[in-house]
Amino acid sequence: MRKVYHRILQIAGNVITVEADNVGYNDLAEVTSSRGTSLAQVIRLEDEVVSLQVFAGSRGISTGDEVRFLGHPMRVSTSENLLGRLFTGGGLPRDNRAPIDYDLVDIAGPSVNPAKRIIPRNMIRTGIPMIDVFNSLVESQKLPIFSVAGEPYNQLLARIAMQAEVDVIVLGGMGLKHDDYLFFRNTLDEQGALSRTVMFTHTASDPVVECLLVPDMALAVAEAYALENKRVLVLLTDMSNYADALKEIAITMEQIPSNRGYPGDLYSKLAARYEKAVDFDSAGSITILAVTTMPGDDLTHPIPDNTGYITEGQFYLRNGRIEPFGSLSRLKQQVNDKTRDDHRVIMDTMIRLYADFKETLEKQSMGFQMSAWDDKLLAYGIEFESKMMDLSVNIPLEEALDLGWKILSDNFDKMETGIKTDLLEKFWPKDKK
Amino acid sequence: MLDSNKGKIVGINGNLLTVEFETYVTQNEVAYAIAGDERLKCEVIRVRGQRADLQVFEDTVGLQVGNDVEFTDELLSVELGPGLLTMVFDGLQNPLNELAEQSGFFLKRGLYLPALDYEKKWEFTPSAKVGDNLSAGDTVGSVPEGIFEHRIMVPFSLKGQWELTEIVEKGDYKISDTVAKVANNKGETQDISMVQLWPVKVPITCYKEKLLPTKPLITQQRIIDTFFPVAVGGTFCVPGPFGAGKTVLQHALSQYAEADIVIVAACGERAGEVVEILREFPHLEDPRTGKTLMDRSIIICNTSSMPVAAREASVYTAVTLAEYYRQMGLNCLLLADSTSRWAQAMREMSGRLEEIPGEEGFPAYLESLIAGFYERAGIVELNGGGTGSVTIGGTVSPAGGNFEEPVTQGTLKVVGAFHGLSRERSNARRFPAIHPLDSWSHYTSIIESEKLETARACLRRGTEVNQMMKVVGEEGTHIDDFMIYQKSEFLDYVYLQQNTFDNVDGSTEEERQVYVFDKVIKILNTKFKQKDKDEARRLIQEFRQLFIDWNYVEMDTSEFKSFEETIDKKIAANV
Ligand SMILES: Nc1ncnc2c1ncn2[C@@H]1O[C@H](COP(=O)(O)OP(=O)(O)OP(=O)(O)O)[C@@H](O)[C@H]1O
Ligand SMILES: [Mg+2]
Repeated sequence: MRKVYHRILQIAGNVITVEADNVGYNDLAEVTSSRGTSLAQVIRLEDEVVSLQVFAGSRGISTGDEVRFLGHPMRVSTSENLLGRLFTGGGLPRDNRAPIDYDLVDIAGPSVNPAKRIIPRNMIRTGIPMIDVFNSLVESQKLPIFSVAGEPYNQLLARIAMQAEVDVIVLGGMGLKHDDYLFFRNTLDEQGALSRTVMFTHTASDPVVECLLVPDMALAVAEAYALENKRVLVLLTDMSNYADALKEIAITMEQIPSNRGYPGDLYSKLAARYEKAVDFDSAGSITILAVTTMPGDDLTHPIPDNTGYITEGQFYLRNGRIEPFGSLSRLKQQVNDKTRDDHRVIMDTMIRLYADFKETLEKQSMGFQMSAWDDKLLAYGIEFESKMMDLSVNIPLEEALDLGWKILSDNFDKMETGIKTDLLEKFWPKDKK
Repeated sequence: MLDSNKGKIVGINGNLLTVEFETYVTQNEVAYAIAGDERLKCEVIRVRGQRADLQVFEDTVGLQVGNDVEFTDELLSVELGPGLLTMVFDGLQNPLNELAEQSGFFLKRGLYLPALDYEKKWEFTPSAKVGDNLSAGDTVGSVPEGIFEHRIMVPFSLKGQWELTEIVEKGDYKISDTVAKVANNKGETQDISMVQLWPVKVPITCYKEKLLPTKPLITQQRIIDTFFPVAVGGTFCVPGPFGAGKTVLQHALSQYAEADIVIVAACGERAGEVVEILREFPHLEDPRTGKTLMDRSIIICNTSSMPVAAREASVYTAVTLAEYYRQMGLNCLLLADSTSRWAQAMREMSGRLEEIPGEEGFPAYLESLIAGFYERAGIVELNGGGTGSVTIGGTVSPAGGNFEEPVTQGTLKVVGAFHGLSRERSNARRFPAIHPLDSWSHYTSIIESEKLETARACLRRGTEVNQMMKVVGEEGTHIDDFMIYQKSEFLDYVYLQQNTFDNVDGSTEEERQVYVFDKVIKILNTKFKQKDKDEARRLIQEFRQLFIDWNYVEMDTSEFKSFEETIDKKIAANV
């Protein structure tokens, strides 16, 4: 039986300190107060003084309450029986069914040896031209949707998830609204995907520390399944809540902030999670799709900024559309040379001309006379937005590429596109000049 | 001296240990924290009274106050010897492939392996003779390592003059075998093997003098070699917001730069990006040698989810290996992606040490560390004659893409060339997104300065005209100005931009750059007859098309010639 400690020295924020010995760094403890029992994690050791982060928050904890150390760090079950189940960030059932306390592994395990990774090679088709043509999604990619409150980012997340051919979906909800949770559950249910889904959700009303656990719980489960040769898709929404929880703890611990109050290790913390995305040499894979809402729609805010430096691109969702500027899939070149010869050139040319269109639009709004070239660009931009960018468009890649040639040839002649001659000869619609 | 100095852990905060030691400790010495049967490598980074602060190169989960710590009395060092090429190491020089063989998919805490193969035999040919007077860094013999003659040198740490007393015959030896013996006038003797240790944070200085970097290092990237050149032994930095193309550019350099040895330090960035190199380099041919790219490369890979203290060490490990090969008279290129992650690793430690922070929480000594790192670049005259060089190119990942931040600013103060990537250019897919007006280089271009000035002036004027057009509109712009704008766009499209992913366009040799640039200048200098803006735009678009197609054909082909003729004819027809 492990020792029980009865004297809490300090309570500040969600952090309590006790005097204890033989405590391992990052070990768990149970804190029992009049409110019930909560898990807590060791976050600092200084001589005999142990600082613990209390998952359920420190409200109601009194200095005389009981602290019992468990002698191991946070664990999660990786049993197949998790499928179809719903848990809290702390790993307790949220669906009134029995807890699962076997096949446990430590969360936040070591990093994959880069030598055991392989180059991603499978395109995930989504039927959304702004993704498939311009920023192809690839199995094992880590990619967030950058957006702002009010945009249909969870809908987009769910739509991609449903389209992707994966074996298991793990949903990690952080600060998730109940409506959004229901939306995900119903969507998964309607598509018959619920039975291959595991959900860990933290809601806005749950203690903030539990929010910090969600990505690690979800990813530990994903990793275990991937090692069993499964293709796993992890959905994390909203990672900005995770980052804000990190900030809150850092401030409680009186850490020196680096940028707008966020701790200096925000990059490393986010990276340790996102880097769990992997295509294993001779096992399964983990693909991570996340949501990052940008405070103040500001791309340079520390959360989206650090995220962008970590992830393999981002989909920039704005005004209900995936914006071509700001959106990026860094893995696209791994797959878009194996789809169709014209994939890359359509991708580059259409975006370049769309950039020119945006410039013309600016000129137009300033009241300048439009040249013949400007008129062409305007017509092109409008057609591009309505036929390609609109999120309601749902067509396979090949059809989208054909559509690209059509839009180009509707508005320009060959020379004006700057496309290499051999490709023009092969793909330019024969009925156009 | 005691052979094993001990201590006990008294505090743990993230990867920072506070240790109470028994006798003495040395700043930056290596220690091991003992947790059950695991021995976790640490480095002493601060000493106060009887307590030392150690950064742990591992996750500290489960460590306890009271755990033992063993000090080694040795600074953090790397192994130098034949067999480094083609290897993939973590930031502490652990070989990743060998780790994978032992521990599978995941990096196992506390598992450290020798960097080099101690069983393999190398064919040693002696070059020094008994009685020779030698000092640190002098060559005693060599072994073939791929296409290189790998010099076996007197350990860099030996002080003073030594006389060679014994040397082995030509033959096959393991790296730990003694191949020579030396003695000094104090009667001390020293065995020399083919492997030596060197502390990573100390520059290797066994050379006569540092020379001024003057010779261009050809990267085969047009915008760099022509406009913002890099010099052999020089330094350059590539700051840019996320997704602007820093890593793609570095990968291009690692493939095409005309250096003997390329050392890639993937420092705190994505694992996936290194995997591309790991898996592709063994199959890509180095056109200059006919061997694979891997044969001339070393990869240091401490990606973002690997321990952060080892990330801090990784750039030093990389530069030490570069200096080692420099000592053999080779030209080494070190590419570090990203130096900001290295700086952040220092910031994290500084925060845990509760040091008074400088700007954005970075430690106050950041600038001097950055300067010290780039200072290790250079072209040197070696003691035994000949030169060797280390060229360093680092990417910088400024928060919010804003260059007014400590790492970018600290770097700009010390480097010789600045390749600033711009968000506007990468958004518009104008790759490489090096900003043609903001970037600079102190080194010499492969192009004559007069021609270069013509092109620069065109870019500057073109931008001005474009700005002006935004105010007065195209209709209010004079045809001559309009033409300048069109020409600047032409220059941008056909010369500054380069398709990295194309086999031909992805790399442009010096000879071709000089040749094509002449033709581009010709277009810029020609006064075309077009008086109508639509016609002018049209003409330049036609030239653009021709040049783009031209860029995609190999130089020594008849097609290349025929494009050139078409271009010449078109110029003649429109004056
Ligand atoms: N020269 C290029 N040609 C074509 N596409 C490019 C080029 N450079 C970059 N890109 C595109 O931009 C993407 C991002 O480039 P890269 O990964 O090099 O950015 P980065 O600056 O290193 O970003 P981060 O700081 O986040 O690591 C690439 O995946 C590719 O799609
Ligand atoms: Mg990069």
